[in-house]
Amino acid sequence: MTMMIFGIPVQALMGQLLVGLINGSFYAMLSLGLAIIFGMLRIINFAHGAQYMLGAFVGYLLLTHFGIGYWPALILAPLIVGLSGMVIEKLAISRLYNLDHLYGLLFTFGLALVIEGTFRYFYGVSGKAYTPPEMLTGGVNLGFMFLPIYRGWVVIASLIICIGTWLLIEKTKLGSYLRAATENPTLVQAFGVNVPLLLTLTYGIGAGLAGVAGIMAAPVYQVSPLMGAELIIVVFAVVVVGGMGSILGAITTGYMLGIAEGLTKVFYPEASNIVIFVIMALVLLVRPAGLFGKDA
Amino acid sequence: MSESAPLLSVRDLNAWYGESHALHGVNLEVHRGETVTLLGRNGVGKTTTLRAIIGIIRKRSGQMTFDGRDLMAVPLHRTAYLGIGYVPEERGIFSTLSVEENLLLPPVVSADGMSLEEIFDLFPNLKERRNSQGTKLSGGEQQMLAMARILRTGVKLLLLDEPTEGLAPVIIQRIGEVLSELKNRGITVLLVEQNFRFARRIADRFYLMEHGQVTSSFPVSELESRMEALHEALGV
Repeated sequence: MTMMIFGIPVQALMGQLLVGLINGSFYAMLSLGLAIIFGMLRIINFAHGAQYMLGAFVGYLLLTHFGIGYWPALILAPLIVGLSGMVIEKLAISRLYNLDHLYGLLFTFGLALVIEGTFRYFYGVSGKAYTPPEMLTGGVNLGFMFLPIYRGWVVIASLIICIGTWLLIEKTKLGSYLRAATENPTLVQAFGVNVPLLLTLTYGIGAGLAGVAGIMAAPVYQVSPLMGAELIIVVFAVVVVGGMGSILGAITTGYMLGIAEGLTKVFYPEASNIVIFVIMALVLLVRPAGLFGKDA
Repeated sequence: MSESAPLLSVRDLNAWYGESHALHGVNLEVHRGETVTLLGRNGVGKTTTLRAIIGIIRKRSGQMTFDGRDLMAVPLHRTAYLGIGYVPEERGIFSTLSVEENLLLPPVVSADGMSLEEIFDLFPNLKERRNSQGTKLSGGEQQMLAMARILRTGVKLLLLDEPTEGLAPVIIQRIGEVLSELKNRGITVLLVEQNFRFARRIADRFYLMEHGQVTSSFPVSELESRMEALHEALGV
């Protein structure tokens, strides 16, 4: 005897809702990083998918080569990806700020191709499994559905990361520097704040967010050089729907669109791959600045 | 005033916006404790002079020293630490920051700055509205906030660009009182101002700028006798 909602078994509905929420968790973390980078640096970071993939690979390589497990990797992967991002910002991206935005886009796009191509050369395109730690394996029966513990953990951890990042930006001194420098970097610098360093740090935080999403994704999806390239297109759609540069918009839209995608799988599976892009087109028609964006 | 070395000395300052040559050899000095006003029509280079001194405009040449140190070699984010604060003409209040966050934004550069209590005594409105969004303040309050946040930092020299622009007479009077109070505290001010009826109440000396150069310099005592020539030069 199964319960039905709109002719759909509750189990199936809840299952897809969970899948949607999981995907939404990754959309939210990734679009948050993109929004922070765009807000401050005015650079559309096409390397974001590659940095997400790097996070997963750092976790995978730490485990296979050094026996370093999931929990330390959860700290180390974003740290390594974030630091490598800061080096790239310092060496290359910082030289592009005075040029047309197109150069930043081209550079990060090229960077993504190089990183992904390199990993493809060494590791091929087949996915590699990553086993989560024992305490996060298995699941619990909630009565109306079976919840794999790791998936529940991803949803909660991503919420903590998103809310934590939002608090960092809205409630701390560093955050007030970031917000002020987004509005008027020259004046903030004239006040004695090292804005170039702030930009490097911002890129590091954005890349680090992609890295932490990557290591968290490793046990859910498989670790593969192209895992980011597939995801990043959807994430860009999320950012456009939320409104470029809006922190809160990126987070909420990430979860919302993940859930919308999950529900479409239940009710009209054929459309599930395009539903986000349909929503994007509709939002652009009605509110070109995005749901949470300020009209420029 | 001139027996000691000036706090700020500017010699043959040239500055460019891209290809456009905006300053053609500006010379000026500001001594400790003085309030000096730059007069001049729109577009003669008063704001550009302030922006070149603080270092926002990097395409510049000449000699500038502040407190005995060469200003030309200092990166923009270190100028404040030498003791120069800047209040821009557009005030530069951040809309994504609350009044209090705006007030606390510039790093404190010396122990001589005003405490938050002193600031709130001088600007009681800011205390009442500390949690409002910065740009929700009235124009006059935004000007007070722009000045207050620099006074907190403890700079020796305040570069103040047209503080009275677009404000009601009662607010202008209040800004005059604040500037007198700063003078009593020994803070040095380089003021850009079109309104010399306002400036005469607080300025010790004036520089007149025309076409990207300083063309004359006189103390406040000579203002009366130069009134006619000034009206001519300023077109007011």
